[in-house]
Amino acid sequence: MQSDELKQKNLSASLFAQKSGHALVVLFLTIWALLVLFPFYWMLLTSLKSYSAYNAEYIPKFFTLSPTLQNYADAFTAVPLARYFINTVIFTVATTGIMLFVIIPAAFAFSRLQFRGKDLAFMLFLSLMMIPNELVVITNFQTITNWGMRNTFWGLILPSVTSVFYIYLLKENFEQIPEELYKAAKVDGTSDLKYLFKVMLPICRPTVITITILKIIECWNAYVWPRLITDDEAYFLVSNGIQEIRENGFGRENIPAMMAAVVVISIPLIVLFLIFHKKIMAGVSRGGTKG
Amino acid sequence: MKKNSLRPWLYLLPAIAFLGLFMVYPLVDVFVYSFEEGYNSASQTYFGTGFYNYSYVLHDPYFLQAVKNTFLIVMITVPVSTAFALMISLGLSSLKKLQELYQTIYFLPYVTNTLAVGLVFMILFKRTAYSEGLVNLLIRFFGGSSVDFIDGPYWAKMFVMCFYTVWVVLPFKILILTSALASVNQDYYRAARIDATPKWRIFFRITLPMISPMIFYLVITGFIGAFKAYSDEVALFGTDLNSAGMNTIVGYIYDMLYGNSGGYPSYASAAAILLFAIVLTITCINLLFSRKNVTV
Repeated sequence: MQSDELKQKNLSASLFAQKSGHALVVLFLTIWALLVLFPFYWMLLTSLKSYSAYNAEYIPKFFTLSPTLQNYADAFTAVPLARYFINTVIFTVATTGIMLFVIIPAAFAFSRLQFRGKDLAFMLFLSLMMIPNELVVITNFQTITNWGMRNTFWGLILPSVTSVFYIYLLKENFEQIPEELYKAAKVDGTSDLKYLFKVMLPICRPTVITITILKIIECWNAYVWPRLITDDEAYFLVSNGIQEIRENGFGRENIPAMMAAVVVISIPLIVLFLIFHKKIMAGVSRGGTKG
Repeated sequence: MKKNSLRPWLYLLPAIAFLGLFMVYPLVDVFVYSFEEGYNSASQTYFGTGFYNYSYVLHDPYFLQAVKNTFLIVMITVPVSTAFALMISLGLSSLKKLQELYQTIYFLPYVTNTLAVGLVFMILFKRTAYSEGLVNLLIRFFGGSSVDFIDGPYWAKMFVMCFYTVWVVLPFKILILTSALASVNQDYYRAARIDATPKWRIFFRITLPMISPMIFYLVITGFIGAFKAYSDEVALFGTDLNSAGMNTIVGYIYDMLYGNSGGYPSYASAAAILLFAIVLTITCINLLFSRKNVTV
């Protein structure tokens, strides 16, 4: 009888320990989640404070009672934020579009066509994945300069369009389509191109969408190459724009306007993420790396 | 088959053209550059070949500073971020309801522009004439004395640098580790529970060995990524990293190529090849180490 009671006690004690342990884990995870979200909250909050209110706060307030959109107006008028924005959209759309045009036929050739030297060529392609960007950027900078493409969209776009990794990803996906389908199409006299566009691409659409989104993120955040190749503000992308704003835009002190610009720049990707977060996370965990 | 032997190459042509022009040719060219002494990019002439560029770079105090900064960033952020990501992933895998929400939140920094968010970090840590900055106010609240993290002492700048780097690289690591943990065969855990194995033992005998290939993958990619640190530094300290004393090897390469001290592609090439050699060496050491310790 007594031992039963003791057991009961022990059991509830261990249950309590388990529960409080779980609560600690949740607390820890929640604190980290808040730390991740805090910079985003802070930029939004600061961008809504008026210039004078912000500077009057020795101890920054964690909320604002008189939000203003004046900073956003400033961000678009005092610095060419709209220009940076449009440039980035052009760069992103063109780079992603040309990349698809380059990688889809290559992935198709590697996955479906038989030809001499295919394995060797694919090996060479894969080995290029190990080449760090820093090694090739120096010559590319010289090449683009020699071609007179500094401060042009082509100069920005051309070296950014290839991605061996995406060719590899797409090829793997193409290969999962049964070979019989291809043979049947051949018997029916379907051309390779038609087969590629009518059968393979629709089947592999999830992968193509994932690749497209990942490339868009990469383009939107591009900084190093654009900084090298453009020194004319008319061709700045958002990353360079934000750096320019920081160094001589509103004057170093107008932080609310700076934050408004940061919010405007961040919104497209955050919206994209909110819509496609499952696809993006699945795509990245399949082997993407940052940058 | 035979009549089509050229067609496949036609499909590959765009990829080969772009890769050849912007990856293979530059790869050869960068070695050529690095041995051309006194290369002048305006006249495209040089006056000799040899190891002078390497010797110049290795004696340049800015380069040595950059190497020191880069190694510090690597040695601090890779272990810290991997261990922290493992803790968070373990916590996440024990959750049920909130798991997906938290996973999504944790991934958010991955998709944001690091230069833009870096500005927010700068504001949080910076001390200005009219405000101490939020972080310094917190330090004061807990009885410390405030420090300027952006223009202040070296250790303070290095701290912000590493803090921001960890914030930026964690999403990827958490994502990889969470899916690695989810893919461990649950039978092992059930068997361990029947044997009443203590939790720490389950972790060290089952969980860790099962996910060790992924941890190892993260350490390797983490090393490579951290050695290439650059834009996060620019986000916090501005483009003139040399004067902030916070330059990295990659930053040194780009400064040599173009920028305030720019126009020396030969020095840039030599520095880039030195960086590549360092990364390659470290990766090989990692691989050798893993062959002994990682169970695949």
